[in-house]
Amino acid sequence: MSTATAAPVSKAIPQVGEPKATSKGDLMTLAIFIAVVLTAPIWAIPIGAGYPDLLQKFAIFGVFAIGFNILFGLTGYLSFGHAAFLGGGSYIAVWSFKLLGMNILPAVLFGTLFGGLFALAIGFVALRRSGIYFSILTLAFAQMSYNLAYSVLTPVTNGETGLRVLRDDPRIFDDKSGGYDGTLIGNLFGLEMTGYTAFYFCASVLIIAFYISQRIFRSPFGLMLRAIKNNQTRMKFTGLNTRPYALTAFVISGMYAGLAGSLMAVTDPLAGAERMQWTASGEVVLMTILGGTGTLLGPILGAVSIKYFENIFSAYNKSQLLDTFSFLPDSIAEPLVSVLGLFVGEGWHLTLGVLFMLIVIYLPGGLMEGARRVSAMLRKRKAEKTDASSGQTTPAE
Amino acid sequence: MSGTLKVTDVNKSFGGLKALSEVNLNIESGTVHAIIGPNGAGKSTLLNVLIGKLEPDTGTVMFNDISLLGMTPHEINQVGVSRVFQTPEIFGEMTLLENVTIPCYAKRDGSFKINPWPRVDEDEDVQSKAMALLEDVGLADKKDVIANSLSRGDKRRLELAMCLVQEPELLLLDEPTAGMSRADTNNTIELLKKISARGLTMVVIEHDMHVVFSLAEKSTVLAQGTPIVEGKPDEIKGDPKVQEAYLGGAHL
Amino acid sequence: MEAIILQILNGLDKGGAYALIALGLTLIFGTLGVVNFAHGALFMLGAFVAVTLNHVMTLEKVVLSETETTAWGTPLEIRTPYIEDWFGETGAFLVDYSVPFALIVAVPFMLMVGIAMERGLIRYFYKRPHAEQILVTFGLAIVLGEIIKKFYGANPIPQSAPEAFAGSIDFGSGIVYPYWRLVYLFFSLAVIGAVMAFLQFTTFGMVVRAGMQDRETVGLMGINITRRFTIVFGLAAVVAGLAGVMYTPILPPDYHMGMDFLVLSFVVVVVGGMGSLGGAVAAGFLLGILQSFASMQEVTSILPGIDQIIIYLVAVVILLVRPRGLLGRKGVFED
Repeated sequence: MSTATAAPVSKAIPQVGEPKATSKGDLMTLAIFIAVVLTAPIWAIPIGAGYPDLLQKFAIFGVFAIGFNILFGLTGYLSFGHAAFLGGGSYIAVWSFKLLGMNILPAVLFGTLFGGLFALAIGFVALRRSGIYFSILTLAFAQMSYNLAYSVLTPVTNGETGLRVLRDDPRIFDDKSGGYDGTLIGNLFGLEMTGYTAFYFCASVLIIAFYISQRIFRSPFGLMLRAIKNNQTRMKFTGLNTRPYALTAFVISGMYAGLAGSLMAVTDPLAGAERMQWTASGEVVLMTILGGTGTLLGPILGAVSIKYFENIFSAYNKSQLLDTFSFLPDSIAEPLVSVLGLFVGEGWHLTLGVLFMLIVIYLPGGLMEGARRVSAMLRKRKAEKTDASSGQTTPAE
Repeated sequence: MSGTLKVTDVNKSFGGLKALSEVNLNIESGTVHAIIGPNGAGKSTLLNVLIGKLEPDTGTVMFNDISLLGMTPHEINQVGVSRVFQTPEIFGEMTLLENVTIPCYAKRDGSFKINPWPRVDEDEDVQSKAMALLEDVGLADKKDVIANSLSRGDKRRLELAMCLVQEPELLLLDEPTAGMSRADTNNTIELLKKISARGLTMVVIEHDMHVVFSLAEKSTVLAQGTPIVEGKPDEIKGDPKVQEAYLGGAHL
Repeated sequence: MEAIILQILNGLDKGGAYALIALGLTLIFGTLGVVNFAHGALFMLGAFVAVTLNHVMTLEKVVLSETETTAWGTPLEIRTPYIEDWFGETGAFLVDYSVPFALIVAVPFMLMVGIAMERGLIRYFYKRPHAEQILVTFGLAIVLGEIIKKFYGANPIPQSAPEAFAGSIDFGSGIVYPYWRLVYLFFSLAVIGAVMAFLQFTTFGMVVRAGMQDRETVGLMGINITRRFTIVFGLAAVVAGLAGVMYTPILPPDYHMGMDFLVLSFVVVVVGGMGSLGGAVAAGFLLGILQSFASMQEVTSILPGIDQIIIYLVAVVILLVRPRGLLGRKGVFED
């Protein structure tokens, strides 16, 4: 965010931008990224995340956050309504299952498209204003969608119960011959989307999503989006029409959200209105800033961290905590556990809120900024060491 | 690559206050034309009319043969008019090279183009063009520096480079040396002189007579919203009407 | 005709709540330049002050009856609130009026909360971008909500209005209106009046209003702005808290009521015009009434679901047609 670079700069070290991103470096990042994602089922085991369910969530929310970052990270427009596109994508995907059959390709395709169209409609209106007005407009649209999904749209969304695939749905392309009416699990031309299969499908989508975002970041289009965040006045007087650029970014990020929503339906063919609630919008904002707004890898890192800690924290309960601290005397362990107990299990949301505040207060650049600071510190220390050893040869100033 | 600007019978009032009355200006191709006048003479209003920020009550503003009235800022830029602001408007958190690259694309691709696949850093054409401009203004060695960390004078240089890389036919400058130190001011004047040698038309809105006399070939003096004198700097210096407008010539 | 009057009345109490929250929000916008997403949480805290006071007052003393027995033959438990046990009739009166009495507790409590929030968090965000202000107060809203959930659970806790105001008032010709809603309406008008008078007629208020016009100048005049900021924030917190206390008999409070009201109050502020106190109040009542009209059977049968979205719809239209809102001034929060 803007404060990260607004800090006073010492004269001796000219402030430079991000380390030069060359095409070679980007390819390297992509290769490492692919390797890390595909080996996730292995490295996730020692950290206690080796369940396909959780890994799927990592990938899906990774996609969501990458898309959100294209809008918020590049253009600086803070949307509080992206959950509407996520939820919309889910509904459409489930409808695709119900009508067309359990093949996931049309579901994902239509979910993504719907996210884009929905974003086009909302963005067209919301982008007439900027700053907090924009945030409030997007929030208002999302709440509107959420309320409608719960009330009038019940025939489409199935209201509070949520939308699910039923045995007697048309599913016109499903093979229902011979008394067999097909399974209600999403499949890719027969390959059923369960467990690690579903994870690898989501992971492939994540990789593609990441690659596209990387291209956008390095492209002239990405440059224009960053210009929007920096100075719209200069942009206009440079002959650039800012609104269509912002709208395109909004639509792209809406498509990412729709894609993520349809992936949710792929891994579990149901959809509910709660995916559209402002809490879900807030969550993706948090993921993005936690990882590092405007960085390529940050949002994914943020999404993974939040889903990982959510899993760990919400699984804990008081007795497990007591077990963990059983080595302490009771007089210490009990108050400690009752304090910590606030933050685990049901209290996960409290942890999330506290985390949210801490990140914004102390590390608005997110984890990526933290990593950069640490590495800069290490480099400086190293440089001091070499300075000290070569001190005699450097002429005094 | 230079254009003419013709302002005819422009009137503008705010409520009861007449900010511009019967303004006629004829700015010839390839000249540096200064618009001067005491505070409140209507300089900024005139500039805002020129760049499409304000609609005049009556009158026309023609650039070459195009009417600038009713056009948005980006449309005005696309027909060949660039603008330098009183406080440099730059992309503060981007590197100098990126700052100059953006106008290159605006010139090449027009006001809107979705171009999400090619890499900016491998676009040799654009990169070399941007570098050449940074060299022209003497900022080439700082190309990877974040723009916000520049001094005021360097920011102005950067802004000029951003305007020039688009090869505008008309460059509007709003008090280009406002708030600068003497040294920075002189550097900027030198740079502007160098730029004017390229043959483009320049309109300088200025307060500081030193700048006007060292730069402009022709000046128009504005007082209470009306041009009172027009001529070469020397002619203007001695004009009693100008002296009066400037309170007995305190600035001269 | 009766139906219309009834709908207007129905909208007024809700509008009063919107107006009170929006008043504080816009006061904070205008003077401190901060977008406070935790303002709904302050409303909720106020509501839970009433809940807590009621809990404390109804702490019961259990005595086993010596004469009466239950159906199972065990001695009957007689539960009496301590407060009744000690003060008799007066005690019962206190319990009955726990909601209004909570106002007295809420004033110092909310003032403390507000001051602590401003001193401990908000003041570090005056110079930071609006996006970060939104995010940090959003985080705070989650934290406050979750803490309340921890102590009071997730379910709404109904509170009752004092016996004397429990019924409905019959205006004749079919207009029946609950007493308490009328009380709420007058209460909100009184609070709004008090705040406005405070800003209008005191030196302090004058400085605050000047600050809303032009923050820099007021700062240059050498007036101690920081202390006034703290007080303004405290004041806004008290107003939101009181609005929450009195609203409990109308809507049983739960931990997420803050967010629900916040979103709507933001819309109210935007519709009224960012930084305009009069606008916030007018828009609050206006939207309350509109919402109540939209939920009429006659309307929902033509436009199903309109009651769910009317407020947002109005906000969208207003923002597009009159970007500065109904009574907004030029130059406030236009980035």
